[in-house]
Amino acid sequence: MSWETVGELGARLRSGETTPAQLADHARSAIESLASLHPVLRYTGALTEHQAGRAARMLAESPEQAGPLCGIPFAYKDVLCVEGVETSAGSKILEGFIPPYTGTALQRLLDAGAVPVAVTNCDEFAMGSSNENSAFGPVGNPWDPSRVPGGSSGGSAAVVAAGAVPFSLGTDTGGSIRQPASFCGVAGFKPTYGRVSRYGLIAFASSLDQIGPFARSVEDAAHVFTAMAGHDPRDSTTSPLPVEPVATQLARGVAGMRLGVPREYMAEGLEPGVRAAVEAALAQLEKLGATLVEVSLPSTEAALSTYYIIAPAECSANLARMDGVRFGLHVDRQSLTDTYLETRGQGFGPEVKRRIMLGTYALSSGYYDAYYRQAQKVRTLIAEEFDRAFETVDALVCPTSPIVAFPKGDKSDPLSMYLCDVLTLPVNLAGLPGISIPCGLSEGLPVGLQVIGPRLGDAQVLRVARAYEAATAWHTQQPPPLPAASEAFA
Amino acid sequence: MTATSAVSTLDQVMERWEPVIGLEVHGQLLTQSKMFCGCSADYIGSPPNSNTCPVCLGLPGVLPVMNRVAVEYTVRSALALNCEIPERSKFDRKNYFYPDLPKGYQISQWDMPLSLNGHLTFTVDGAEVRCGITRVHLEEDTGTLQHAGDILQQARSSVVDLNRAGVPLMEIVGEPDLRTPAQAREYLVRLRQILVYIGVNDGNLEQGSFRCDANISLRKHGETGLGVKVEVKNMNSFRAVHRALEYEIVRQGRLLDQGQTIAQETRGWVEAKGATISQRSKEYAHDYRYFPEPDLPPLHLNAEFVDRVRAALPELPQQLAERLQRENGLSAYDAATVTAEREDARAFESLVAAGVPAKAAANWLMGEVARLARESRTPLPGSGLGLEGLASLIKLVEAGTINGSTAKELLEELYLAGGDPAAVVEERGLGQVSDQAELERLVDAVLAENPAAVADFQGGKEQALQRLVGGVMKATRGRADARVVTGLLRDRLAP
Repeated sequence: MSWETVGELGARLRSGETTPAQLADHARSAIESLASLHPVLRYTGALTEHQAGRAARMLAESPEQAGPLCGIPFAYKDVLCVEGVETSAGSKILEGFIPPYTGTALQRLLDAGAVPVAVTNCDEFAMGSSNENSAFGPVGNPWDPSRVPGGSSGGSAAVVAAGAVPFSLGTDTGGSIRQPASFCGVAGFKPTYGRVSRYGLIAFASSLDQIGPFARSVEDAAHVFTAMAGHDPRDSTTSPLPVEPVATQLARGVAGMRLGVPREYMAEGLEPGVRAAVEAALAQLEKLGATLVEVSLPSTEAALSTYYIIAPAECSANLARMDGVRFGLHVDRQSLTDTYLETRGQGFGPEVKRRIMLGTYALSSGYYDAYYRQAQKVRTLIAEEFDRAFETVDALVCPTSPIVAFPKGDKSDPLSMYLCDVLTLPVNLAGLPGISIPCGLSEGLPVGLQVIGPRLGDAQVLRVARAYEAATAWHTQQPPPLPAASEAFA
Repeated sequence: MTATSAVSTLDQVMERWEPVIGLEVHGQLLTQSKMFCGCSADYIGSPPNSNTCPVCLGLPGVLPVMNRVAVEYTVRSALALNCEIPERSKFDRKNYFYPDLPKGYQISQWDMPLSLNGHLTFTVDGAEVRCGITRVHLEEDTGTLQHAGDILQQARSSVVDLNRAGVPLMEIVGEPDLRTPAQAREYLVRLRQILVYIGVNDGNLEQGSFRCDANISLRKHGETGLGVKVEVKNMNSFRAVHRALEYEIVRQGRLLDQGQTIAQETRGWVEAKGATISQRSKEYAHDYRYFPEPDLPPLHLNAEFVDRVRAALPELPQQLAERLQRENGLSAYDAATVTAEREDARAFESLVAAGVPAKAAANWLMGEVARLARESRTPLPGSGLGLEGLASLIKLVEAGTINGSTAKELLEELYLAGGDPAAVVEERGLGQVSDQAELERLVDAVLAENPAAVADFQGGKEQALQRLVGGVMKATRGRADARVVTGLLRDRLAP
């Protein structure tokens, strides 16, 4: 395993001590040794070789101009399209789908010289909070393989937490980066909606989805964010505003900042160990010179039901293209209707079907006003409450998840699973940036501290997180060694 | 009910029932690229599925990017149809499954269209008709299917071509203000004319770049409520619309006369049978589950933009026809004929600008030139003769240098081949015999050769004069001015 940061690996590449190809090989062997956790669905093969070669040339030609990610290996979630590499969104229905194009965020990383190594396991179409909804089997948490890594980007969190790659990409629709980051003890950053292009991201809920990095330090997450962020003519929902330089912000500390603590996020339902770790983290921030202010976000309790109208409504349309006509699974039947029914019936898993049905129902004639329109109104309210809070504070700090990683199979009831995201999904509804960083352990399992910023305040969020990280050592904690492969398969 | 009601004719049905007709027109926009991607909007003739990209194929992970020109063309059309343009508008997803719809939803507009509340005014049988336009909105076209078999449901196999998928499509929803098939037809003719004039649509019904669906119901004369409506599709010509509506009026009228109710359904016009057949009943009607398209931000069309589009709006056919009457003294009929097609109107104005009298320009364009253009499938501007050649030819006639029949022969000869008419006339000596002495000599000769005709004329048979005129024309090989010859003959034969 390699626990080096992007910066450390970059220095070794520039000194000639190692090469992009060697780092990629090393990352691949490290991932192979994690087979028992099943965090990866496939390797990127020829693309890895090609990119490693490209990065080596970039480093040789002008080591100063080559950015910090040049030659650095990474893994990405199985919902991001890269030309020539199978992308299945964790679903049987897309098994074998090879995109003929590369999405913008991935293209920007490739252009920065980063070297993809593997495609990570995830909940089917990014729907889930435990990675147990993957059609290809669940992922184990490196801290305790019998527990879930969180979801939906569970594989991406696990490979970083286990030290196989220095960073990975996930997507966050209701907490799918931050919650697994919290469960696995790594940094996971969801940028402002519209800051990173969604072109090439297989959509779950278009108005909520956002691509972001997992890393072992805030600085590394910032490097990845910086490489991906910015307007994209292919995504009309990206902001045309220039990206605020992050690097200069990171070192500024929190002294003099006003940090809000949402009362509703510290309410009942937090596991005692989570509460203790987060309260200690808040005290630490105060010690670093920040002023803590209690704020109220009274619509929080409506966020979950709002989310579970809007996200399924959008997904019911987004997943309609999975019809067996042009790509992916095709179950041939005599009639068109039967072909649709069988292809989708066999291709989608139970949670995806549940959400498609929820969304279809919410949009149906006669129910639209009661559900979808109402949910949009509440969504506006939630966003306005955040806006009001940010009139008096610079950022919000709170737990990422009310609980730590739970055992696989523990939450078979969908509603209890949905409740896992109660502290993260309001951020998506409001389109805000949010990060989860490690802030302690509860009974040996990582706890995450969430920092939330105003719209386009991505640098501000990273700054607060970095200040906390610089003063603490939680991000350097490593999970215990995995049982040997022979034992794992015994 | 009468015993003969089951076989009522159209006229009989129309006496008892008033048709209420509303038309929905879809027009493809003449943009360079598709609605939401960079593929060409000109897909005709491309090999199947070659004019596509990940976006219009609806592959996982892609996003639409709005074509601004398509928005401008829609606003232009809406303004030409007297619509209001709301400042805020948005796109919505219309959800349904069909193999020609790659995303499983069509990006369209639901409750906030680009425009609202317009109208189109025209004349049918001397009476003015005003048809309201509910809205003009923008959406994307679907792909096309071909079936091994008549219809999808019975096909052994079907193939999908997505070359057309994503072409900008404008929908013009008309109010149910039309009362006869003739009104419906004229509405479509006028609508098509306007869209072609303002350069947003090529008006091709056969290829489907201009398509029409009709909603029709019947009610008792004098009633204000509406009957059960039937939607009629698959009409590929103005004539088909007219016939399909007549068929529906008779079909519905007979059912109502028998005390039956009309089923709310979609029916397709089958040209070969001259009948509509049921395609889909209301029980299977779609719930399209419209909701706002999250991949596209809402549209803000400020007054400045709308004003700019309005200012750039070309002269509409009706305005042009009125101006030609006013400025060029054309009759209402000539003005309407000359302005029916935009190219003709342009040609007319060029001819007049080149010094051709308006009436002569209109006559030539609508007569011989139109015939040659049709027969050779070559419009005047692309012909060998061209506008300039035609102007020169007509001026030779007007100046009396050649007569009408010579001009027609020359037009026929030069239309495709090209050439300067004045030079040809000079070279071949086709000029009219206008030398008075020469003509008088010929007249005298003809009089001398035809004593019988002279006697007949002097005996009161007016027609005998024509034989004498014919004789002179023959002697000049058609190059004399028949009016001058007639005058000379009358002078000579005067008592």
